[in-house]
Amino acid sequence: MSGNEAIALAAFEAGVKVASGYPGTPSTEIMENLSKYEGVYTEWAPNEKVGLEVAIGASFAGVRALATMKHVGVNVAADPLFTASYTGGRGGLVVITADDPEMHSSQNEQDNRNYAYAAKLPMLEPSDPAEAKELLKEAFELSERLDTPVLFRITTRVAHVKGVVSKGEMMQSAATCGIEKMPAKFVMLPGNARNRRKVVEERMAQLREIAETDAYNKVEAGGGKRGFITGGVSYLYVKEAFPEAAVLKLGMSWPLPEEKIKAFAASVDELFVVEELDPFLEHHIKSMGVACIGKERVPNQGELNTAIVRASIDPDSVPELFAPPELPMRPPNMCAGCPHRGVFFNLSKMKDIFVSGDIGCYTLGFLPPLSAMDSCVCMGASVTIAHGMAKALGDEGKGKLVSVIGDSTFIHSGINGLINSVYNDSASVLIILDNRITAMTGQQNNPTSGCNIKGEAANAINLEELCRAVGVKHVEEVNPHDISACRTALKNARDCDEMSVVISRAPCVLLPEMKKAEHVPYLTTTENCTGCRACVNLGCPAISWTPLTPEEAVALGYKEKQKGFAVINEVQCNGCGQCYALCKFEAINRKGE
Amino acid sequence: MGETGNILFSGVGGQGILLASEITAYALLSAGYDAKKSEVHGMAQRGGSVTAQLRYGDKVYSPLIEPGKADILISFEMMEAARYLPYLHKESKVIVNTQQIKPPSVAMGQVAYPEDVLDSISSLGIQMVTVDAFDIARDAGEVKAANVVMVGAMSTFLPMGVEVYEGIINTRVPERFREVNLKAFAAGRKITE
Repeated sequence: MSGNEAIALAAFEAGVKVASGYPGTPSTEIMENLSKYEGVYTEWAPNEKVGLEVAIGASFAGVRALATMKHVGVNVAADPLFTASYTGGRGGLVVITADDPEMHSSQNEQDNRNYAYAAKLPMLEPSDPAEAKELLKEAFELSERLDTPVLFRITTRVAHVKGVVSKGEMMQSAATCGIEKMPAKFVMLPGNARNRRKVVEERMAQLREIAETDAYNKVEAGGGKRGFITGGVSYLYVKEAFPEAAVLKLGMSWPLPEEKIKAFAASVDELFVVEELDPFLEHHIKSMGVACIGKERVPNQGELNTAIVRASIDPDSVPELFAPPELPMRPPNMCAGCPHRGVFFNLSKMKDIFVSGDIGCYTLGFLPPLSAMDSCVCMGASVTIAHGMAKALGDEGKGKLVSVIGDSTFIHSGINGLINSVYNDSASVLIILDNRITAMTGQQNNPTSGCNIKGEAANAINLEELCRAVGVKHVEEVNPHDISACRTALKNARDCDEMSVVISRAPCVLLPEMKKAEHVPYLTTTENCTGCRACVNLGCPAISWTPLTPEEAVALGYKEKQKGFAVINEVQCNGCGQCYALCKFEAINRKGE
Repeated sequence: MGETGNILFSGVGGQGILLASEITAYALLSAGYDAKKSEVHGMAQRGGSVTAQLRYGDKVYSPLIEPGKADILISFEMMEAARYLPYLHKESKVIVNTQQIKPPSVAMGQVAYPEDVLDSISSLGIQMVTVDAFDIARDAGEVKAANVVMVGAMSTFLPMGVEVYEGIINTRVPERFREVNLKAFAAGRKITE
């Protein structure tokens, strides 16, 4: 099973009773899988801060609790995280941070080991799925033993790697479920917090002792003179690149076992520190006065692998490889029939606007041919950046600032920005791309979906009422597949003198019910095609262009100057009709009509 | 076995690469190997280039295949086979589905599909098998089983017998797709037998 499936199994076996998280690659499958186990309450929270606070509450009530998020989600949850370090809890509390070195599906590759240092929390880090399963159970024990939240860091190559994992024994929390008032510990007013601050330092001292003796941090003796200090997935690359070398594997990334490190360093002639991203271990090891070689050889950007580790340490060992041929790139693209395409097609025609984007599938609206996104920073930043630009530009920005955000991202942290725009009176346009689901991470339900994590009926937030409730007067709903209605709605919104919202509403084509539904595809009547490329410029993966030479054009009965014709792939077409709406030459028709 | 075996799956998001690599991984496990498989989810799956990396042996550490070390490349799309040429060595076996899926720049008519792309592999003297997996799967009754046709074509290069794969398909594939997948596997295997 995958690392994420193994973590879900471990959480179940550890006796977790409450788990909350927000979807984010590569963390999503933990909560998805945990929701399938009996006896564990799981939920999708609107954002990571909410999710962590829910888990803290469950811990206060005396049950084991889990919060899951991707690396950037910890930024959102950092506020409760830092103070939960002071309060501790009652039931074991583990926070999973799923980091994404190489940014396979992320906007940055921050190294969240730094959070363990900054928040004064222990951090455990497994190397593969089997170890993730064992180590997570240990994390709950450690959390209760030392009354501390435990950070548990995985990376993409642990989360999405599949390996052999075996089932284990069920565990139970040492705490009892119930209301227990512990104001000196739970009420973080300055007087109490100053006392807890001392407790945090005492706890760190205990943790340093545990790090010296515990089995998480183990020395594997080697035959050579070289020694490696490493942890997480980097350990696997070191083992493979240098099977004979001595290794100190740190299963606990923070705090570090100073005595163990010094003893290991003394036992080898040359000490290397191999870690992905920041020189986190290296800096702390160097500050102990231990000489080591780290980031001057090992890259501090992107993922490592066996070849990179080997070449960093032994530059002469680089093998000769076959050169790749020149090939067209194959970037990801919005799906055939994606409702977002209708909105971005219209935005691409408005040349004087600035489109402030957000995080989700629709960030792909940046890519050609639509190329209709001008900024994308973090969750919820679309509406706020548009507001900031509106204030900076004054009259010059009127009608030109458009932000786009998905339903889930709007609930995550876009709503605060909208409130700000209304309160502080800016006149930008917010487009909420409501496809009923958190799509990019693999179709998770959210507060607008009408279903909970298990697919059971749940309260659904009415986005239109919500926008009106915060004071937006102009709220218009539109079907994005209707290209001209969408154009009109956007024009109406741009003409407003105050904050306006357009809700683009159509379901994601990857929803199970949409996949099962009968789609009547559109087909091309190629003899009617004039080669105008209106449909091709949608960038739909179901539509392709067949180029023609003048001779070929004439042979097919076209005018000599026609450069080609468009063809719809019937199997790929989901029948959205956007191309049909754009074709002026009756070359596109619904099948059977 | 001493050395770790490396199988690189490549193709386009949505082609069933994950299921194909899953069947192969389970087959290797039931034959007694340790195995690790690495895949990427999220942004990478929206129609972009996709790989799954499968490694097997007595004890597998790294989940990633090193460039120059892939023993088998199984590509579900023609051009995607050539993209991973730096992962191959002289003794690699390449199994390619001849199906072409146009990337955006080709679909838009900006560049042509590189029709002769497989020459870049065969000219290096690397053993290559081409499979019309789409047609074979259609004949077997389900075009979506093209991924299992490919697994069948690859199966003769791996040490497990047919019964191991059949056992995996019988236990891992939903019942209504079993028969067509068994047929697809057999048809694929016939190509390399």
